[in-house]
Amino acid sequence: MNQSVKTIFWILLAALGAFAVAGIALNRGESINALWLITAAVCIYAIAYRFYAVWIAAKVLTVDETRATPAERLDNGRDFIPTNKWIVFGHHFAAIAGPGPLIGPTLAAQFGYLPGTLWILIGAVMGGAVQDMVTLFFSTRRNGRSLGQMARDEIGAIGGTAALVGTFMIMIILIAVLGLVVVNAMKHSPWATSTVAATIPIAMFVGLYMRNIRPGRVLEASAIGVALLLFSVFAGGWIDQHETLRTWFDHDGLPLAFAIIIYGFAAAVLPVWLLLAPRDYLSTFMKLGTILLLAVAIVILRPNIHMPAVTQFVDGTGPIFGGKLFPFVFITIACGAISGFHALISSGTTPKLLSNERDIRMIGYGGMLLESFVAIMAMIAATVLEPGVFFAINSPAGVVGKEAIDAVAKINSWGFAVTVEQMRQLATDMGESTLFARTGGAPSLAVGMASIFGSAFGREMLALWYHFAIMFEAIFILTTLDAGTRVGRFMLQDLLGNFNKKLGETSYPPSVIFTSGMVVAGWGYFLYIGVIDPNGGVNILWPLFGIANQMLAAIALCVGTGILVKSGKLRYAWVTGLPLAWLLVVTTTAAYEKIFSTDVRVGFFAAANDLADKLAAGVLPSEKAEVAPQLIFNQHLDAYLTMFFVVVLWVVIVDMLRLCMRYLNGKSVPKLSEAPHEPSRLVENWVRD
Amino acid sequence: MFKRILHWWHIIRQLSGDNAYEQYLKHHAEFHRATVDAPPPLSRKDFFKLWQDSKWQGIKRCC
Repeated sequence: MNQSVKTIFWILLAALGAFAVAGIALNRGESINALWLITAAVCIYAIAYRFYAVWIAAKVLTVDETRATPAERLDNGRDFIPTNKWIVFGHHFAAIAGPGPLIGPTLAAQFGYLPGTLWILIGAVMGGAVQDMVTLFFSTRRNGRSLGQMARDEIGAIGGTAALVGTFMIMIILIAVLGLVVVNAMKHSPWATSTVAATIPIAMFVGLYMRNIRPGRVLEASAIGVALLLFSVFAGGWIDQHETLRTWFDHDGLPLAFAIIIYGFAAAVLPVWLLLAPRDYLSTFMKLGTILLLAVAIVILRPNIHMPAVTQFVDGTGPIFGGKLFPFVFITIACGAISGFHALISSGTTPKLLSNERDIRMIGYGGMLLESFVAIMAMIAATVLEPGVFFAINSPAGVVGKEAIDAVAKINSWGFAVTVEQMRQLATDMGESTLFARTGGAPSLAVGMASIFGSAFGREMLALWYHFAIMFEAIFILTTLDAGTRVGRFMLQDLLGNFNKKLGETSYPPSVIFTSGMVVAGWGYFLYIGVIDPNGGVNILWPLFGIANQMLAAIALCVGTGILVKSGKLRYAWVTGLPLAWLLVVTTTAAYEKIFSTDVRVGFFAAANDLADKLAAGVLPSEKAEVAPQLIFNQHLDAYLTMFFVVVLWVVIVDMLRLCMRYLNGKSVPKLSEAPHEPSRLVENWVRD
Repeated sequence: MFKRILHWWHIIRQLSGDNAYEQYLKHHAEFHRATVDAPPPLSRKDFFKLWQDSKWQGIKRCC
C-alpha cells in the first residue's frame, strides 16, 4: 500500500470512529444498535494502537529491537523461553482476562450504557493499556522482575511493601466477591449448582489423565474435559427435572457459601496438578471459545440496546449499588478499563517469554485492548435486556422488596416496564425457579448471553444457553478463586518465613494448612457477610474491590512515572502521570464518600449508625435483627479498610514525588536497576549491523 | 489450505503446552551438543511434572 492510500485509510477510520462515538453519545431515541458500540470500539482501538502505542514505544520507552531480552539471555528452557509473539499474546491474554471485565460493566449498566462504555474505551486506551505496556517494558528491562521488586528497587522500601500488601488485600476481597457471584448464581438453582459441582470431578479426571494416564497430552485431555463439561450442562437439566435428585442441589446461600469455602481450602492444599492446573485448561478453552462465540453472535444478530444512554441513577440512587456516577462508575469498571492486577502479570510472568522488545506493544497494549473489548461485549449483553428485566434481576431484595409484586411495582415506579408474568415466563424459559434479586451480575449476564445466543443459534435452547453461560462464568471464577488462594498462601508463607523459617517452607504441611486456612478465613469472612447481608453484599464488596484494584494500578503507574523521570524523560512523564492523576482523584473521592457520606447506601459509617439506631429502637424484623451486629461490625471494618487503602496509596504517591523532586534537584536517588545492554543474536544480522 | 490448518494446529499446540516436551527435548539436545557425558533427558512423565509445577509458581491468573 502506498503512503497516501494509508493516510486516507486512517482518516476514514478516524471519521468512522468519531461518527460512531457521536452516534452513541447523542442518541436519545428508543434504542440503538449494538453495532454502533462495536464500531466505535474497534475504530478507537485501531487508532490508539496504530498511533498512540507506536509513539509510546518509539519516543517514551525507546524500545530497542536489537537488544537481547531476558528470555534470550537467561534462556533455561523452562520459565525463560524466547517465544513466538502470538503465543506470548495468547498466554498474556488468557492470564489477564478473568471475570472482572464481565461483572463490572454489568453492574455499571445501572447508569445507562453510555458512561460505562466511554470509560471502558477511554480508560483502556489512555490508562489500562498504557499501564500494562509500560510495566511490561520496564520489567523486561529488569530481567522480568515483579512489580513489588521494581517498586522497592526504583522508589524505595515503602513502595515495595505497599505493592505487596495491596496485592494481598485485593486478592482477599476479589476472591470474596467472586465467591459471592457464584453463590448468587447457584442459589436455589439445582441446574446451576449440579453443573458447577460437576466441574470439580471433571477437572480432577482431566488432571489425572494429563499426569498419569497419558502424561503431557494436554490438548487430548482438555478436549475430553470440555466434552464432559458440555455434557454436564445437559445433565444438569435432567437433574433439575428429577424430583429427588433436584433436592440434593437446591440450597440457600449460606450452605453454598460454606461449600465454596471448604472447596477453596481443599484447592489450596491439594497439589496443583490434581485440580488447579486442569481446571485452568478447561476454563481457558471455555473462556476463549465463549468470548469468540459471543462476538460472532453479536455481529450476526446486531441486537438492539434497550437500556437508555443515561438513567436517572446517575444521581446516586441506583438499586444495584449506591453512589453517584462520579466517582463510582470508574470504581465499578476496573478491569476492562484499567486494572492494577494486570501489572502483576505484565511483570514477572510475561517478560520471561518475550523474544523481542518490539513485541511489547502488541502484547502489553494490544492485550489490554482485547480485554477492553470483552468488557464492551459484557456491556452489550447487559443492556440488550429490557431495562425493567435488568433491574428485576439485579436489584437486591433489600432494595425492592422480597415479593415479586413489590419488586415489580418498585421498578415500574422508576419508569421501567416489567411485569410479574414476564419475569415468570423468563425464569421458565431459562429453566430457573425465579430470576428476581439474582444479584452479582452473573445471572443477568447469562440471561443476556442466552438471549443473544438463543436468537442467533436457536431459541428453543434458551435454558441450555443460560446454564452454559453460568457454567462458563463459574468455571473461571473458580479458577481465579483457586489460583488466588494459592498465591495468597505463598505470599503469607513468604512473610511468615521472616519470623519462623519452618513456616516459610512452601511444602511444609503444617505451614501449608495453617497459611491456607488463614487466607481462606480472610475471604471466607467477607463471603459469609456478603451472603447474610439482605442488600446482597455485592454493593459493598465490589466497590471495595474496585478501590483496591485502582490503588494497585496507581502504584504500578507510580513506578512507571518514577522510572520515566529518573531516566531523564520528564517531558514524557504525563503518559503515565495523567492516568495516575485521574486514578488518584477517582480513588480518593470514592474512598472519601465510602467513609464519610451520610447516605446510608454509600457511607460505611452512616450505614452502621443507621443499622445500630434501628436495632436499638427495635424496628428491625427478627431475621434482620439477628445479623445486624455482624453487619455493623463489618461496615466499620470496611471503612477502616478503605482508609488503609487510601493512606497506602498516598504514601506511595508522596514517596514517588519526593524521589522525582530529589532527582530533578540533582540529589542522589536509587540507581536505575536496568540490566545492561546486550545485543540480540535472534534478530537478523542486517538489523544489528 | 492443509498447510494453513497445520500452522494453526501448531500454534494451538504451542499455546496449550501440548508440545512442551518436544520443545524441551530440542532445547536439551542443543544445550548439551558439546557436552561429552550429557545427562539423559527427562522422561515425558517426569518432565511434565516439573513443567506443570513450575508453571504454577507465582501469579498466573488475574481478575
